Amino acid sequence: MSPDPLLNRREFMGRAARAGATLLAAGGIAALAYDPTGPGPSFEEPAASGLPDFSLAEAGRRMCIARGAERPRALQLALQALGGIETFIRKGDRVLIKVNAAFASPPLLSATSHPELVSEMIRLCRKAGAAAVRVTDNPINDPASCFALTGIGEAARSAGAELILPEERFFRPLTLKDAALIKNWPVLLEPLSGVTKLIGLAPLKDHHRSGASMVMKNWYGLLGGRRNIFHQDIQTIIAELARMVTPTLVVLDATTTMISNGPTGGSLADLKETRTLIVGTDQVAVDAFGATLLGKTAADLPFIAKAEALGAGSADYRALSPIEVAA
Amino acid sequence: MRIVTARRVSQVFFFVVFIWFCVVATLGKEVWQLRGWPVNWLLELDPLVGLATLLSTRTIYAGLLWGLATLALTVLLGRVFCGWICPFGAMHQAIGYLGRRSRKLSAQLELNRFRPAQAIKYYVLAFFLAAAVLLPREWLSSGSLQIGLLDPLPLVHRSVNLILLPLADRLGVGPAPLPRFYEGAGWIAAVFLAALFLNLWIPRFYCRFVCPLGALLGVLSRWALWCVGRTEEGCTGCGLCACSCEGACTPTETIRTSECVMCLNCLDECRHDAIAYRTRPSASGEALLPDLSRRGFVVSAVSGLLAAPVLRLGGVTGPNWNAGLIRPPGALAEEDFLARCIKCGQCMRVCPTNVIHPASLEGGIEGLWTPKLNFRIGTSGCQHTCIACGHLCPTAAIRPISLDERLGRSGFAGSGPLRIGTAFVDRGRCLPWAMDKPCIVCQENCPVSPKAIFTREVFNTVRTRAPLTLKSADRSRLLLAADALETGRFGTGDYHALLPAGLRLRITANTAGTLELERALAASESPAAGSVCTIQVRLQQPYVDPNLCIGCGVCEHECPVLGRRAIRVTAENESRSRQHRMVL
Repeated sequence: MSPDPLLNRREFMGRAARAGATLLAAGGIAALAYDPTGPGPSFEEPAASGLPDFSLAEAGRRMCIARGAERPRALQLALQALGGIETFIRKGDRVLIKVNAAFASPPLLSATSHPELVSEMIRLCRKAGAAAVRVTDNPINDPASCFALTGIGEAARSAGAELILPEERFFRPLTLKDAALIKNWPVLLEPLSGVTKLIGLAPLKDHHRSGASMVMKNWYGLLGGRRNIFHQDIQTIIAELARMVTPTLVVLDATTTMISNGPTGGSLADLKETRTLIVGTDQVAVDAFGATLLGKTAADLPFIAKAEALGAGSADYRALSPIEVAA
Repeated sequence: MRIVTARRVSQVFFFVVFIWFCVVATLGKEVWQLRGWPVNWLLELDPLVGLATLLSTRTIYAGLLWGLATLALTVLLGRVFCGWICPFGAMHQAIGYLGRRSRKLSAQLELNRFRPAQAIKYYVLAFFLAAAVLLPREWLSSGSLQIGLLDPLPLVHRSVNLILLPLADRLGVGPAPLPRFYEGAGWIAAVFLAALFLNLWIPRFYCRFVCPLGALLGVLSRWALWCVGRTEEGCTGCGLCACSCEGACTPTETIRTSECVMCLNCLDECRHDAIAYRTRPSASGEALLPDLSRRGFVVSAVSGLLAAPVLRLGGVTGPNWNAGLIRPPGALAEEDFLARCIKCGQCMRVCPTNVIHPASLEGGIEGLWTPKLNFRIGTSGCQHTCIACGHLCPTAAIRPISLDERLGRSGFAGSGPLRIGTAFVDRGRCLPWAMDKPCIVCQENCPVSPKAIFTREVFNTVRTRAPLTLKSADRSRLLLAADALETGRFGTGDYHALLPAGLRLRITANTAGTLELERALAASESPAAGSVCTIQVRLQQPYVDPNLCIGCGVCEHECPVLGRRAIRVTAENESRSRQHRMVL
């Protein structure tokens, strides 16, 4: 190699330029990424502040008690008594039906929403012109198994609804204003996006911890995370859930009631034919009436008074002058 | 002064600084204690720590900015850090020198020849950097900072902190007043000693084949303005320069610029002025980077990228978390923690109670040598008025929390004190619960106010050889029909006599056939002859209030059931994780 000074100078300038560029780039990145204080105490994502209000002012606070052993028929009659499904569902509505699919058990055991009732509700919504109907729940047992074994999955699909199984990314933190418990807690929000009407569809069951599992308790299935921590204060969480969710309509299915060993049951001996279906717009009133079918009163279930105090509805269901129909 | 003398002075200087910083990382105000010594400075100078945490957190934390200085030094002058500053490098060089000095020159030439295996360290670097890359969380759980396993500065800090200083303590020349223990220290020592002893086979073995920092600096030195090289004239090919070449970079052949550790032995050895440190390229040609195979690079980078997502399939950062892994107060949530911890052992070193230990596999493979608390070892649990570890952590894997935050005072009153776990009473092992022995050392030592451990009083009937039939009562003394008691056993103040009428009185003394009661019995209280009395022990059985327990482990440390403590802390309810919350 010849010591060509020109060549060497060019070589050196090249090196210098690249070295300089490396240093500038490193310095620039370091300046941008510099963090003099380190991470703070928490990395909480910003939380949603609440759910939309799905209730219809013009529908009022009403309730119908339909007697009969056949669920679809009872639902039809009850809705007719309340002015027809069209009162609640309009053309173009996007409806979410929150079922209770908590356990991977067959419809016979009545631990979950009955598939016949689910499919009738979907059919009625579609008949009323709903553009889309979704069915969802965040069950306790394995979601896929729950929707399969309860028959709800097949009922939803064959009736033309979209079945949404919970996925990690469907949950987003929500903080309910002034709530003691629902603070920055993951809630199944994704299925609610774009939805204009919300229907709660719950079976009537004994519940060992809270006293009863009815329409308000059914919203527990919208919670994600290790939600069973709320069992330490179950009356308050049910009341807060009722405040969080303002549904268009709730349906309490007491055709067959799980009167003992709830909320899982597991034996026909846990069930009692009560042949009643309650449809209403006031979830507190519907639950207050539901309590009577379990041989309890609203006063036996502290969450009813708590929900009423939070403004979720009225415990005095008689004041709603419930319409009674027989199928 | 000869250039190599200057280099040796520099190496000794930085080595002494390093040892000094390790020694003074002792909580206290003396000159030889922590005071304000910048004990993390050498770790911060390590640009690999800065770069890897940049990849894993997208930030450069505080002092890690010092890495820029080393980076600039390397980009301008070559791997000066390796040859002049790195304390681990100085150890390797010293041992390597001892290993080769008595050998023949031809043997030394052979020892210091370039080996293609020197490329391995670049693959190591690629693997670790790829593992550190934080991908968007919605894609994959990633960003595992494993660089500290082999990065020389964390490695040497860990080794001196957890091996050499504790050995010095035992010899009476260490900084700790009581000998310190470190769980699993043997594995850390094995890596450290293996790295050092390998120099006896090949000098600077670690630097040449393993060191990922050397690899990073090697890559950065490719455009160094000054570099070592052969001059155009004078070289006789004697090979003396290569005999003492620390980097095995073949100075008189095509010089391997990235391998040169700037020892400058070649300059010193050459009798013909044929080697120079200058801006011109070497007359015999340069290879700026080692021969890396694309295949090898892809394999290491892809395996690195997959490492964290694959290891996390085990769920150890998710549902399968280990409740036995208790992190120091201020430690980030596990995935954020793993993105920052470099396993340097500074928290374990500074912990005044010796309660922080290097984890083995409690936190999975990724958690190897990260800090965990062991309440059986040390002088007490984790003192709830201490925040030393977070303030020493060079990467904020343990945040530098304030005392107010730890104790849940002033601005932090709303969130309450920081919890690192919850204590659970093992009722099958607890003396008052299972053995009818009064104890409650745990309750007594619980440092929070009001105490998280409270007790409920019970009176349990004591086993006696036979029913205690009374012969008579005389004022405060009960006489038994037969000798049935162990003399003195029931006079401790914890035992009570339960008389047939339901009257319970404390026993103040006893002989084989008598019980002395706390007061004289009234005539109406006197038991009938032939009636049976029982002895009861008053027990205070401990309970934990989970809303008050901070998991400090003082109770576990103090529990007299020494083998497997009867009250133990697990990470349940630790503040750092929402998912680990146990109570409302």
